[in-house]
Amino acid sequence: MADLYKRFGGGLGTLFLVIVASWIAGMVLAPNVMMIDYALRPNLPPSQIGGPDDIYSLDNILYLANESVHRAIFYKTVWASALVAFATFLVCYPLAFWLAQNATPNQTALVLLALTIPFWINEVLRTLAWYILLAFRGPLNAFLLGLGIIDEPVRWYGDGGVLVGMTYAYILFMLFPIYNSIESLDKSQIEAARDLGASTWRIHWRVVIPHAKAGIATGCVFTFMLAAGSYVAPALLGSPGSRWFTEIIYNWFFEGGDWNRGAAYALVLLVLCLAVVLITLRIARVSLAEVAK
Amino acid sequence: MSASDRLMKALFGFYMIAFFLYLFAPLAIMGAATFNVSRFPTVTPWQGTTLQWFDALWADRAMWKSLWTSIAVAFFVVLIALPIGTAAALLLTSLHARARSFLYAVMVSPLLTPGVVIGIATLVLWRQLGVGGGVFLIVVAQASFISCYVMLMIAARLQRFDPAQEEAALGLGASKFMVFRRVLLPFLKPALFAAGFLAVLQSIENYNTTLFVRGFDTPLTVYIATKVRTGLTPAVNALALIMIAVTIVGAVAYEVMRRRGAARQGGVTGAEGATSA
Repeated sequence: MADLYKRFGGGLGTLFLVIVASWIAGMVLAPNVMMIDYALRPNLPPSQIGGPDDIYSLDNILYLANESVHRAIFYKTVWASALVAFATFLVCYPLAFWLAQNATPNQTALVLLALTIPFWINEVLRTLAWYILLAFRGPLNAFLLGLGIIDEPVRWYGDGGVLVGMTYAYILFMLFPIYNSIESLDKSQIEAARDLGASTWRIHWRVVIPHAKAGIATGCVFTFMLAAGSYVAPALLGSPGSRWFTEIIYNWFFEGGDWNRGAAYALVLLVLCLAVVLITLRIARVSLAEVAK
Repeated sequence: MSASDRLMKALFGFYMIAFFLYLFAPLAIMGAATFNVSRFPTVTPWQGTTLQWFDALWADRAMWKSLWTSIAVAFFVVLIALPIGTAAALLLTSLHARARSFLYAVMVSPLLTPGVVIGIATLVLWRQLGVGGGVFLIVVAQASFISCYVMLMIAARLQRFDPAQEEAALGLGASKFMVFRRVLLPFLKPALFAAGFLAVLQSIENYNTTLFVRGFDTPLTVYIATKVRTGLTPAVNALALIMIAVTIVGAVAYEVMRRRGAARQGGVTGAEGATSA
């Protein structure tokens, strides 16, 4: 802190401090504290706010635990987000390995450029593209019918559509960290394993994946968090039977009119994501500073 | 080459084709559907080639209104996030190890918070203050996490700063403010441009956070998502196609700028742009 003043002088140093403090306190911490406050209070008509009934309790959170439909949707969101992370990993790993170990510099540059193009396009449009592709009378069904693979159109919207659309949307959050971590693996380690008779699977399982652990953990953490907190993919590609937890939260706010319960659900989502992030990073021994790179 | 090697090679070739088909086919189909006469955007069946959907888009006043909303939001987000991110990065560099890693964790925490939660937290705080959803809250909510990206990009550039430059300027009699204005700011300029560009893109493409704080205002992403519910026509595809074209041009320009900057730095490539939500 003293260094800041020494370097920039009193005026600028104070200005920087004030700016950062208003950001951290006013835009990051205060909103979250208020959300917790909302989550712990009952939903009362304005006249009763501050009255004897306005006390802190865990009622809103317990409501989620006891309401079987919402609870089921919560669990589904958790495991489906984990599934999205796993599917994204499977889709990305071979390419990341090839890019980092086998491709020529020109190939790498070309493929990375090709990959960044869809990544620059926003999530709503990427999801819209899948909405069009997966429509009941859409191109995918027409294509499969034409090939004779299916006899009648398939309803893709629902859990399957959401999974495919999310995997698509988050590919690059998985690919780049894995690529970066495999790139630092010395080729001679793979050759040594091969010379000692290890099969391809074994080389990946025992040499490459342990080495790339930090990158894989980072990719999975980001993908899980983005999937669990996504609204657009389930809203567009889902069906009434495949509701996502974020949709329940949205309904509390804008249809159910119970902001307190909505805030409690959002708090549960936040705690879930933070827990998954911190536990995964702890297991993989990655520090937060490495993740944000 | 053994048989199993050949099999692996064939499998990998198949995987590469499938991967890039997965990556580009949806976008290509969405783009192509713009030119189909069919009222629902699709390419099967092809009912005739037309440019009518661009006219329909041009005539869509709600779209234009939402476009201006998005541009206004992005403008103010950049205005807020650049100073915050820069101040945060400068503060971090002048802290000692333990305080720095703690503050760093706090500063990057919005990146690990689901977007909907950021929107909700902002919404409930400002309702207590009597402010409802709308452009103002969209700006506040977006700036709260876009500032993190700015901070990371400025911090990456600061790592390459040589403090001797500041000392030299001070030694020659420049005031501290002058040193900041004439030495540090010009050094940060490329990173500030890159961060500003990324902030605009992040702001315009944001949906999850915006949805909760938008009130009765409708930025472009919300407009597109609403269209899906209320009647999707290829006019939306025309909009998507234009947005994709603009983004690609912007992305290529950004990459070229970054590489030129990197080449000037003697081949050091920054981590800028490699991670972003």
